[in-house]
Amino acid sequence: MQELIVTPEAQGEPMPGAAFEPAIVAFVCNWCTYTAADLAGTSRMVQSPNVRLVRMMCTGMVDPKYIIKALLGGADAVLISGCHPGDCHYINGNYKARRRVKLLMEILPRFGIDSRRIKLTWVGASEGNEFAATVNSFAAEIKELGPIDTRRLPLL
Amino acid sequence: MGSIARIEVKDANPVAALQGFCARLLADGEISAVLAPRRLPGNGGTMPALVADPAELRDVDPLAPSFRLNAARMLTRLTRGTDEGGLVAALLRPCEVRAFIELCKLNQGSLENTLLVSMDCPGAFTNVDSARFSGNRGDLDALLGFLRADGRGAFDGVEVARACRTCEHATGAEADLTIGLFGQDVENGLLLMANTPRGEGFITRLGLPEASDDGSRGSALEALLAERRATQEKLFAETTAATSDMTKLSTFLSACVNCYNCRAACPVCYCKECVFLTDVFEHRPWQYLSWARQRGALKMPTDTVFFHLTRLAHMSTACVGCGQCSNACPNDVPVMELFKTIAASTQKAFEYEAGRDPGEAPPLSVFREREFPELTGGLD
Ligand code: SF4
Ligand code: SF4
Ligand code: FES
Repeated sequence: MQELIVTPEAQGEPMPGAAFEPAIVAFVCNWCTYTAADLAGTSRMVQSPNVRLVRMMCTGMVDPKYIIKALLGGADAVLISGCHPGDCHYINGNYKARRRVKLLMEILPRFGIDSRRIKLTWVGASEGNEFAATVNSFAAEIKELGPIDTRRLPLL
Repeated sequence: MGSIARIEVKDANPVAALQGFCARLLADGEISAVLAPRRLPGNGGTMPALVADPAELRDVDPLAPSFRLNAARMLTRLTRGTDEGGLVAALLRPCEVRAFIELCKLNQGSLENTLLVSMDCPGAFTNVDSARFSGNRGDLDALLGFLRADGRGAFDGVEVARACRTCEHATGAEADLTIGLFGQDVENGLLLMANTPRGEGFITRLGLPEASDDGSRGSALEALLAERRATQEKLFAETTAATSDMTKLSTFLSACVNCYNCRAACPVCYCKECVFLTDVFEHRPWQYLSWARQRGALKMPTDTVFFHLTRLAHMSTACVGCGQCSNACPNDVPVMELFKTIAASTQKAFEYEAGRDPGEAPPLSVFREREFPELTGGLD
């Protein structure tokens, strides 16, 4: 097997002092968390600007590869948020999502991706404040954790 | 404990004895054909063949240490849908049986339409190495020596594939019938053991002499499995250390050219159309350029690590550790090592074992209402 040298600069050191703004990709269910996000916005709640929402019809359609692609593409963290158990519009999509997140938690941390970079939450349509709080604390946690390595890896 | 019969071996030739066993199967009114490894011309080793005429059994060689492909997918082609042409008796290695069971769970094949016959698997050489052994065709002594090693066979100083050396499912207990080789005097007789009601039925009907288990098979197996588990632990530890962060994983996979041969060879990569072969990955030029600008440089082809991680997520819970991925790789990427290591964790996480039980649903196809509360901060 041929050995490729990864340059030391690419080791993804956290930049001390420099203001690191994490990029968080959030796969949110149209029927609950997306509506909650909308509500948080229209209610002018203070929300971290680090989150990019991807609206899904259900968390049950978040294939593991979307999460993997986001993290390899340089997203510092991924949030998957859907309806509370029992409330999924497609009956059990959120339970399936939970198994997929469990699966990724077995795989990605073994390759050095911190499990704190993947988060699953249930946020109902009326819980705008809950959504804002989730996003703010998640962004703060990831800020603490620093940027993901994959941002600067030349190989992949 | 199921019934045990004896397959007599004459002239110290267990291959001929198994050809005779296949002939008996073919003679049974319920069996319409036998799928079994058959010698290829030249040094090619063996390849599965669907044999309908007993005269064509002459080159059948289920014991040859050749494993060019995992025949589970072939058997799905012969069994899918409703039974139309009678039973196909399939002589498979244990990892082929387990892969077939995984595919049946996805309705790609049917256990109803086959009689699964497996064996105490002596292992096989990689496709690259097997030519040496098959170049020796006709030399029964080499084969007997290989079989007597009870799963530790070597030839010309070359060992069987690493997938085989780290396999702990060597007996095909998931099949209807298992041919017992371990601890046996293979020049005189082999065992035939029933594992299922269908297997029991056939053992009675085939009219083979009854046999009893004197314990030699059990002790040979136990010793082998202890060694295999230790080798497996070593493989897991090595692979884990070599892939413990993204830089290392990237390096581990650096020789990969995205040919996807590993995916094509994998018996349990079950998708009819793989997303990596669709135009999802035919990015526009501006897209590549923008990625290159973002990172300064972009390795091409892109998405190599993405491909492997996605495959791990999609099918590691079904991985049977057969090693065909590594066998198929033109660039010696240690694919089996990675998949076997990760599969051990993902299967454990769902208390699942690929191919163990046809009644066990694939873990990503089911759920419990209350489980894994740690994922959602205790909220479920
Ligand atoms: S990933 Fe490799 S070892 Fe696992 S089932 Fe597929 S081909 Fe066999
Ligand atoms: S067979 Fe080897 S080179 Fe081809 S995609 Fe798989 S790992 Fe990469
Ligand atoms: S509809 Fe919201 S998670 Fe399924």
